[in-house]
Amino acid sequence: MDFDLSEDQRLLKDSVDRLVADQYQFEQRKKYMREPAGYSAAMWDQITEMGLLGLPFEETLGGFGGGPVETAIVMDAFGRGLVLEPYFATVVLGGGLLRRAASASVLGALAPKVASGKLKLAFGHVERHSRYNLADVSTTARKDSGNYVLDGAKSVVIHGDTADKIFITARLSGERRARNGVGLFLIDPATAGVTRRGYPTQDGQRAAEITLTNARVSAGDLISDNALPIIEHVIDEAIAALCAEAVGAMQSMQDLTLEYLKTRKQFGRAIGSFQVLQHRSVDMLVAVEQARSMALFAAVMAGEENPIERRKAISAAKVQIGRSARHVGQEAIQLHGGIGMTNEYAVGHYFKRVTMIDQLYGDADTHLSYLAAQGGLFGKVA
Amino acid sequence: MDLNFTPEEIAFRDEARHFFRTAIPQSIRDKVAEGEGLTRDDMINAQRILNAKGWCTVNWPVEWGGKDWTSVQVYLYQDEMQQANCPTPIAFNVSMVGPVIAQFGSQEIKQRFLPATANADIFWCQGFSEPGSGSDLASLRTKAEKKGDKYIVNGQKIWTTLAQYADWIFCLVRTDPTAKAQEGISFLLIDMKTPGITVRPIITIDGGREVNEVFFDNVEVPAENLVGQENKGWDYAKFLLGNERTGIARVGASKAKIARIKELAALEFAGERPLIESSRFQEKLAAVEVELKALEMTQLRVVSDERKLAKGRQNPASSILKLKGSVIQQQLTELLMEVVGPYVMPYQRDFEGNNEPIIGPDYASEAAPMYFNYRKVSIYGGSNEIQRNIIAKAILGL
Ligand SMILES: Cc1cc2nc3c(=O)[nH]c(=O)nc-3n(C[C@H](O)[C@H](O)[C@H](O)COP(=O)(O)OP(=O)(O)OC[C@H]3O[C@@H](n4cnc5c(N)ncnc54)[C@H](O)[C@@H]3O)c2cc1C
Ligand SMILES: Cc1cc2nc3c(=O)[nH]c(=O)nc-3n(C[C@H](O)[C@H](O)[C@H](O)COP(=O)(O)OP(=O)(O)OC[C@H]3O[C@@H](n4cnc5c(N)ncnc54)[C@H](O)[C@@H]3O)c2cc1C
Repeated sequence: MDFDLSEDQRLLKDSVDRLVADQYQFEQRKKYMREPAGYSAAMWDQITEMGLLGLPFEETLGGFGGGPVETAIVMDAFGRGLVLEPYFATVVLGGGLLRRAASASVLGALAPKVASGKLKLAFGHVERHSRYNLADVSTTARKDSGNYVLDGAKSVVIHGDTADKIFITARLSGERRARNGVGLFLIDPATAGVTRRGYPTQDGQRAAEITLTNARVSAGDLISDNALPIIEHVIDEAIAALCAEAVGAMQSMQDLTLEYLKTRKQFGRAIGSFQVLQHRSVDMLVAVEQARSMALFAAVMAGEENPIERRKAISAAKVQIGRSARHVGQEAIQLHGGIGMTNEYAVGHYFKRVTMIDQLYGDADTHLSYLAAQGGLFGKVA
Repeated sequence: MDLNFTPEEIAFRDEARHFFRTAIPQSIRDKVAEGEGLTRDDMINAQRILNAKGWCTVNWPVEWGGKDWTSVQVYLYQDEMQQANCPTPIAFNVSMVGPVIAQFGSQEIKQRFLPATANADIFWCQGFSEPGSGSDLASLRTKAEKKGDKYIVNGQKIWTTLAQYADWIFCLVRTDPTAKAQEGISFLLIDMKTPGITVRPIITIDGGREVNEVFFDNVEVPAENLVGQENKGWDYAKFLLGNERTGIARVGASKAKIARIKELAALEFAGERPLIESSRFQEKLAAVEVELKALEMTQLRVVSDERKLAKGRQNPASSILKLKGSVIQQQLTELLMEVVGPYVMPYQRDFEGNNEPIIGPDYASEAAPMYFNYRKVSIYGGSNEIQRNIIAKAILGL
């Protein structure tokens, strides 16, 4: 057992931590958010130059062959900065789908573009009634003289508004919720019959609604014709990444709150001198640390090939992160009093981000139900 | 002990139910149900409808438009009003400044302000909190110096809800800087149009504008705008805050939210079945319903006890109502977010106002903002920590 980072991992952590500390102060972030894309073009270039976009790809493809632990290192830092750039959508979702689903030739053609910042990706899978079920796909793909014709709509496609290409799920065969027959396409949003409407999300990021009406794509755009197991694996990796991001955000809320307790004075003393608030911030710390442990567990288990074991671990982590984040977020606001309620102050933005993370790919209770149905985490003592 | 209503009470309830559901425009009640912000006109219109029936200021003395209702009637009135998603009369007018003026003001000040306050001809806001004085309200520093027949007011208030709508502000100001903190405070009424007042908005985390900073720079206030006696403002403020807490339980409003959550959870799917059929969801909702029923019974007990208290005295148990009521309201916003699922994400409140169709179901857009916004209810009106301090001291004697 070894919780220490390798030398390379430590270097990676130092550099992303520095990036966030130097260039992602809250006031800087406000400026980035006002750019047309909803994030900073210069920051995207810088993330590219640091090589972070190639994280999941092999060196021959312009990457550095990182895994879930490296991803977690980056996402933890991005959580502390509330980073707006489409890293998660492009690299974690898009890169993950490319790496796991694409043929060698497609991967060979596209991965270097992703790694060099020239190809931004997104993944559309949510439909009106699919909620958190990845198999629930009503969008259809019909074969037509060597092409596919897509019809349907995808909601809340994270960073779908600025993506150069978008992965979408569409049903090739089977009933609406059947596990078989889910196709994964990589489409150009400029295709005739594709519309997209971009908008801000509650946490200051961006997303899009995508509609597909008689949208004709080529057979080569079908990346995988029975994609669900692959998608589930990529989403498990994505959840692990979001867990790390949430831990970074929680840590920041804990830091801000602690600082505030030491400086805010009421009744002639620092409010941190009230024992009740001391205990409340101790409980926040406990929640953050429990979450950190489970985010680590998720990172380690994200590569597990046995899907049941992997999913149970990921679900357990999502439960812990969701609960910890809700507790830490609500307490952070409460202990700040009125100032915690204002948009001009950072703590509320962390709160909003972790709230959105909770409901991405299944909220805490959805994962708890799944885990309970699987018989929990611990078996009989051997 | 009898928990059944008498035939007269049932008749009263039915009258209230009918009135609230017919007299107050549906468009206004829909906004309340959906958590959409009310305009200034919405609030004033709704209040005037109530006032015309004599049902606006029921908690005031009878001679000033109050009702000599039984505690059960008061409860039924509030409960039916909230369940029908009627806007509560402007709290600053009806539960805060009105009762203070009626209780402590001179005859002149009563005549001058009470009818206009009841009819929302004056829209009030509350200037208590300051940047350095939140929970420790008595440390407030905005000062009012007596110069002839005027007070000269200098200082700053913060978190002033709806100051942008207000015609007048009731303020706690320091009139004796040498006295003990609580003993140098006065309760002053100030016209918002007076030169030297500046209002600056504060945007909250849900993106809404409901609170403000209010700055006073050599603001001249006629001395006759003082309520009661100089340097007795702290007593009046305590009286006011106690009233504020009873209103804050909002049991009827929570019942309306539960009804709405059930309705919407029938429209959203979790797998192949509507969410409302998920036993996990049912149990979570039922657990909150148990808490709410208990709170309702507690409220009835507090209200009925209060009738027996000497006028102007507060029942410290009102802190229990604030504590529990705020937490239940917050839990319900969490459940509503859970109902909506992925469609909580789009941020659809914009200040420019575009006419694009709403994303996702039409009930989705306010779910997350409401959750964020409702964090305030455990902060304002005396935070839940302060309520616990009050209970520890006043009930437990610690
Ligand atoms: C089953 C059992 C086995 C034990 N075995 C041993 C043993 O083998 N050897 C031994 O030496 N002792 C033993 N103890 C004693 C144990 O260590 C004490 O009970 C413990 O330290 C608490 O002391 P107390 O019982 O006097 O409670 P108190 O110290 O009087 O505390 C009463 C309550 O007040 C709280 N409290 C006290 N001070 C503060 C503070 N500053 N801030 C906030 N809250 C506070 C406490 O948490 C507790 O809830 C045992 C106790 C039990 C119950
Ligand atoms: C949306 C909103 C609307 C408001 N509207 C109005 C309005 O219209 N008019 C008005 O005058 N005010 C208004 N307020 C202000 C509100 O009353 C104050 O925010 C509240 O009293 C808390 O003060 P504070 O924000 O300065 O927090 P602080 O007093 O600084 O408190 C910070 C934290 O410390 C805790 N704390 C403080 N003292 C103690 C203690 N002794 N023991 C334990 N914990 C303690 C608090 O509970 C809180 O968690 C509003 C606030 C909000 C958020």
